[in-house]
Amino acid sequence: MKEIVVISGKGGTGKTSIVAAFAALAGKKVLADCDVDAADLHLVLNPRIEHREDFSGGKKAKILEDKCIACDRCIEECRFDAIHYPILGNGKTADTPYINPIFCEGCGVCVRVCPADAISFEPAVNGEWYTSSTNYGPMVHARLGMAEGNSGKLVTQIRQEARDIAERDNLDYIIVDGSPGIGCPVIASITGADLVLVVTEPTLSGQHDLLRVAELTAYFRIPTIVCINKWDLNPDITEQIEEEAKERGVKPAGRIRYDNAITKAQIMKTSVVEYTGGAVSSDIKAVWQNVLYSLG
Amino acid sequence: MKIAIASGKGGTGKTTIATNLALTLANTGKTIQILDCDVEEPNCHIFLKPEIESSSPVTVLIPKVIEEKCTGCGICAEVCEYSAIAVIKGKVLIFPELCHSCGACKLFCPEDAFIEVPRELGIVEKGKTNGIRFVHGLLNIGELMSPAVISGVKKVAGESEILILDSPPGTSCPVIEAVKDAEFVLLVTEPTPFGLNDLELAVGMVRELNIPFAVAINRSDVGNEDVKEYCKREKIEIVLEIPDDRRIAEAYSRGEMVIHALPEYQKTFESCWTRITDLHENALQAGQHVKAATES
Repeated sequence: MKEIVVISGKGGTGKTSIVAAFAALAGKKVLADCDVDAADLHLVLNPRIEHREDFSGGKKAKILEDKCIACDRCIEECRFDAIHYPILGNGKTADTPYINPIFCEGCGVCVRVCPADAISFEPAVNGEWYTSSTNYGPMVHARLGMAEGNSGKLVTQIRQEARDIAERDNLDYIIVDGSPGIGCPVIASITGADLVLVVTEPTLSGQHDLLRVAELTAYFRIPTIVCINKWDLNPDITEQIEEEAKERGVKPAGRIRYDNAITKAQIMKTSVVEYTGGAVSSDIKAVWQNVLYSLG
Repeated sequence: MKIAIASGKGGTGKTTIATNLALTLANTGKTIQILDCDVEEPNCHIFLKPEIESSSPVTVLIPKVIEEKCTGCGICAEVCEYSAIAVIKGKVLIFPELCHSCGACKLFCPEDAFIEVPRELGIVEKGKTNGIRFVHGLLNIGELMSPAVISGVKKVAGESEILILDSPPGTSCPVIEAVKDAEFVLLVTEPTPFGLNDLELAVGMVRELNIPFAVAINRSDVGNEDVKEYCKREKIEIVLEIPDDRRIAEAYSRGEMVIHALPEYQKTFESCWTRITDLHENALQAGQHVKAATES
């Protein structure tokens, strides 16, 4: 069983469209949407949810107004500036402070310093994750609550679930749709994976962001290949990116031409390789062959 | 006026809009500051080409044990909600990447055996370009806590008439850190199913934060009408539409400003700004609070 993670550094380069195409091309696999901040893979793969579970990224503190003695110890010790006296509708200040759940990082300091035992500290439900069936095979995905944090922990949970499914059903591939950037959710998506495919675009931004992603995957020692989407937008930068990538041990995995069929397929809720037999589909098939070759 | 340019989906054109808006407004004689808050993959500098004048590290405080005082009681590990401390055979082990700098270990250590020492997570650079004051941050490779670096970027910002924050993509912790004290948020999207889905998530986030906002649609003619219908239904103003124009894409790929490659767009950004200031004014009059932290 091999795990392939598709990431990009720069957002909006076509990760999800390419993962959807891989879903149609790969043999026995499970799909995992680890872009939990802005999950989109379900819009193409139309999953039928079979099992859902709450996700808790950690605990949240809450002041029990009837017990609070307004001593302000919690406010003094909160390092996240999450506790304030709210201004009420009539313009007056409330009698007890309030912990804003958006800024509470669940450290529990306020709970422990409160002399009146007036702060509750319970696991917060920050989202839901699902195991589903699709026409392409099983899929694990999630929905993070509005303005919630801790996406790294949710990513780890999704990947573990996908791994369990792959082992149980004896599948060959775990295909992971990652998130943009190089921070917490991306690191949680790639650690221990067999291969990272970076999707970039031939722009100075794409080039800059690829170099940072390549440093990240080198830091975690994960074999990495790169494909350039919309390569014909700027053939010179495409070549430069491929050269620079090679110097860093990142092999080119192919070029995908600019074609509005990718957007049209998305609107038709299907993968581009099923939407058109055109050249852009051949490009993506070649990238998938390179993925297989790189996995050995 | 402090305005954040944000989007659920990556690659929708946040940086294009932030930089072109900044330069457009600078050309009208206003004092402008732009803060690139995408510290994982910053790109504003590619377009604005600022002259960097100073650079400083962004640090967070992490605990350090004074061995002579430590009795190995294990309370520090018990109170750490992030599993960043383990006590094994009476010896304290600290995992700095997991530390949220909440101070619990130091506060609750009965032996007063902790001090806090700075740890570098990234850097912040300041500079100037075309009369615009420029700040961006760079998260060190392999680090998880991008919000701390974003906070560092915001701390070094000075006073100006208009402050433009270019946010990272998504809807979780780094984005909230970037937009939380903005007076207005411009949400950038594209008219595709992915764009709409991620716009809905971003709208949920800014509503949760209670910040007035409007929408910009980039590549406004590539997909379908669903984004416009959604905005109409939700009574959200669309203050900017940029059509899909290969000349813009090519200029972008070379790191050129839209208003330099296609000067007619200066007017588009000017009228977008007028709409934004009107909406901001209306929101103020309607009493919409902007300091989410003090709200209940």
